[in-house]
Amino acid sequence: MNLKELVTGVSGEKQFLLGNEAAVRGVIEAGVSIAATYPGTPSSEIGNVLSVLAKDANIYFEFSTNEKVAMEVAATAAASGLRSFTFMKHVGMNVAADSFMTTAYSGVNGGMVILSADDPSLFSSQNEQDTRNYARLANVPILEPSNCQEVKDMVKYAFDLSEQFNLPVIVRTTTRVSHMRGVVEFGDVKDNSSNNDNHWKRGHFNKDPSKYVPVPAFAGDMHVRLWDKIHKIEDLTNKSEYNHEVVLTDDKKYGIISSSSAYNYAHDVVKFNDLDINILKLGFSYPFPQEKVAEFLKDLDEVFIVEEVDPIIERDTLSTIGAKKLDVTVHGKLDETFPLYHEFNSDVVADGLNKILNFKQDSEVKFSDSLEKLTQDIPSRAPVLCAGCPHRAMYYGINKAIDELGLKTSDVVFASDIGCYTLGINPPYNAADYLLSMGSSVGDGCGFSVSTDQKVASFIGDSTFFHSGVSPLINAVHNKHNFVLTVLDNRITAMTGGQPNPGIPVDGMGDEAPEISIRKLAVACGCDYVRVINPFNLEQVVKTYKEAFERDDTAVIISKAPCTLIKGLTKKPPVEFIESNCNNCDKCVSELACPAISKINGKITVDKSQCDGCNVCIQVCKYGALEAGR
Amino acid sequence: MDNHYSIYICGVGGQGIIKTSTIIGEAAMNQGLEVVMSEIHGMSQRGGSVSTELKIGGYTSSIIPKQGADMLLSFEPVETIRGLDKVNSETKIVYNTHPIIPSSTDKPYPSVDSITKTLKENFKHVLPIDGTKLAMDAGSVLSLNMVLLGAVTADDNFPLSKESVIDAMKNNLKPKFHEMNLKAIESGYNSIKS
Repeated sequence: MNLKELVTGVSGEKQFLLGNEAAVRGVIEAGVSIAATYPGTPSSEIGNVLSVLAKDANIYFEFSTNEKVAMEVAATAAASGLRSFTFMKHVGMNVAADSFMTTAYSGVNGGMVILSADDPSLFSSQNEQDTRNYARLANVPILEPSNCQEVKDMVKYAFDLSEQFNLPVIVRTTTRVSHMRGVVEFGDVKDNSSNNDNHWKRGHFNKDPSKYVPVPAFAGDMHVRLWDKIHKIEDLTNKSEYNHEVVLTDDKKYGIISSSSAYNYAHDVVKFNDLDINILKLGFSYPFPQEKVAEFLKDLDEVFIVEEVDPIIERDTLSTIGAKKLDVTVHGKLDETFPLYHEFNSDVVADGLNKILNFKQDSEVKFSDSLEKLTQDIPSRAPVLCAGCPHRAMYYGINKAIDELGLKTSDVVFASDIGCYTLGINPPYNAADYLLSMGSSVGDGCGFSVSTDQKVASFIGDSTFFHSGVSPLINAVHNKHNFVLTVLDNRITAMTGGQPNPGIPVDGMGDEAPEISIRKLAVACGCDYVRVINPFNLEQVVKTYKEAFERDDTAVIISKAPCTLIKGLTKKPPVEFIESNCNNCDKCVSELACPAISKINGKITVDKSQCDGCNVCIQVCKYGALEAGR
Repeated sequence: MDNHYSIYICGVGGQGIIKTSTIIGEAAMNQGLEVVMSEIHGMSQRGGSVSTELKIGGYTSSIIPKQGADMLLSFEPVETIRGLDKVNSETKIVYNTHPIIPSSTDKPYPSVDSITKTLKENFKHVLPIDGTKLAMDAGSVLSLNMVLLGAVTADDNFPLSKESVIDAMKNNLKPKFHEMNLKAIESGYNSIKS
């Protein structure tokens, strides 16, 4: 499919879309004018697609420096009467939370929708937090699509809902919804034509401090109004078609209440095992539809709550049973029918239901001993730093410098951050000892430097530095902390698929933009030692680290070289392997761990199709067995 | 459960696995069938193992249960072994015999012959093909995914026509590669049919 069809597609047309592409179509159908994000998997593709389509779709789109800024861009657009959309991964909500919490008080004028993508089973995240808690924390309605059609439909509906009650609305997806692909039937597109010289519409902000400025005198009333809205919306969730019973049987003994991706598994287990169970699917799950749930529960003996991550529907169901004085047994996470962590699938749901219903026949194929042995004996294939990745050279260089300074590995604490470079955790680099969140490497450097006598090496990427590394760097200098901060400036936001960031001269819509200098920022923060180096020059890398470790202030080393995945880069030819010179010392394999070099049947082998010509291995080989390609 | 067909597709990041799966899904949609698919993005792509799951006909969930696949299509020998959780005694196991050696050094890479031998001892329908060679014969190693796409369409139980798969391929890939891709699809198809 050509992505442009997300803009040009007409009502009734069907496309096979990724959940994240369906979200973009929903945004387009809703007539959104302003969209902002900080990229984060599993929500990243929404931004990648919007970045390409923004101008055709009359949308102003930006990659903001972080999720909080994106939230503020969306909130002010909505306050100015425009429809606005912000989206992020679940942990992005933590960054945005300070402003998000207050948008619930001040409310909106144009519709405002926040899509937050949870990551059960942590495919690419540091935790499994559940966005549904934020709906309850802020008192904001939440919708939970289960499939691509619902993603599109619910995003669109969320804007109407937001405008009806002047409140932001959350759409919560999970990895399996964002990265599901399915058939989506398009609907009508709401007109969002521009009313000025820009490609997007402008609104107007009508001043009303009692609504938009939460000083104590006003914020108290705002809180009262918020609860009034939530009570009204609860009437709606009790009637909403998004909360409906999927009737598969006349039997009333057992029931299931479920939402999001977990619903899909529950549905298929019931259907394909011919179980006599009906399912209450909650797509509009906060404010909790207590009357509808009570109506579903009243004839049941036992109910299963099938939900991923936290037992939220389960607790609300228990409180409904208490409030309505019902006699229903609840099976969920709290009684250990289902696990309290990791994503579900049909097998997990079937195992849980089976604990009570005993319907499964043991028909599992048992592997033979030879096959069982083979499954145990295969090499792992974890994600690795790419061939030609500049981070590899920096990790090799710092370990060499540590060695040459006579330090032990245990003498240096590596504070890592969020990005491809977290892969430095793996041997032989062993360059990630502590990690909390985006930008934490800098604050962690501050803490370790006053808490221990160990040396501290913090690593942060360019995009992450702009996201939340600058303010802790100011802290480091002002409070006289002593550590070495490496900014791995690979000219892109790499891990999430190659989005631009403020360090490069292009913005989120592909237009020219001012380039923010990391070096000047570090100097402006007060750092006396700031060095910009070429990571592929190992001698320079080692020398610079040795200098930096000898200092007693906050030293900043900026490794500046583009990510090898950036399209259109001029590549050097792959290295040549001179077998007759090889001494089989294995340093190129064991100390670099480059995917282009491996040892097969006792011999070093260079895979030229993978080699990127970074020539770092040439500098590591003492025997001249690796030469620059010509 | 007629007309249900689940394919588990696995291999290594960069082999064109998501594109292949999307083409099958789009072909299913164009034939008026219900279809859902699951993909993995992000961290898993940096040379790591990659898999997609594709379910045609009446499924709500896009994840294939244990031993629930009708077809295991693997782009790489060792990844075939990693995908065996989804296989039952009737599953067709089609895999490319050309290894991609991981840079991990935890365990040596087993011989491909031993993999084939063990699989054949344990399963009825084991169909190894030298997809990488067929792809190079078709014009480029990059057409490996089209060779394997052709191999899937050769399964008698596969619910889609070769023509609709080819139409979806043309809708998803650049015209200048169509001729090579058609050749690759045909050679993959013939390697299973013959």
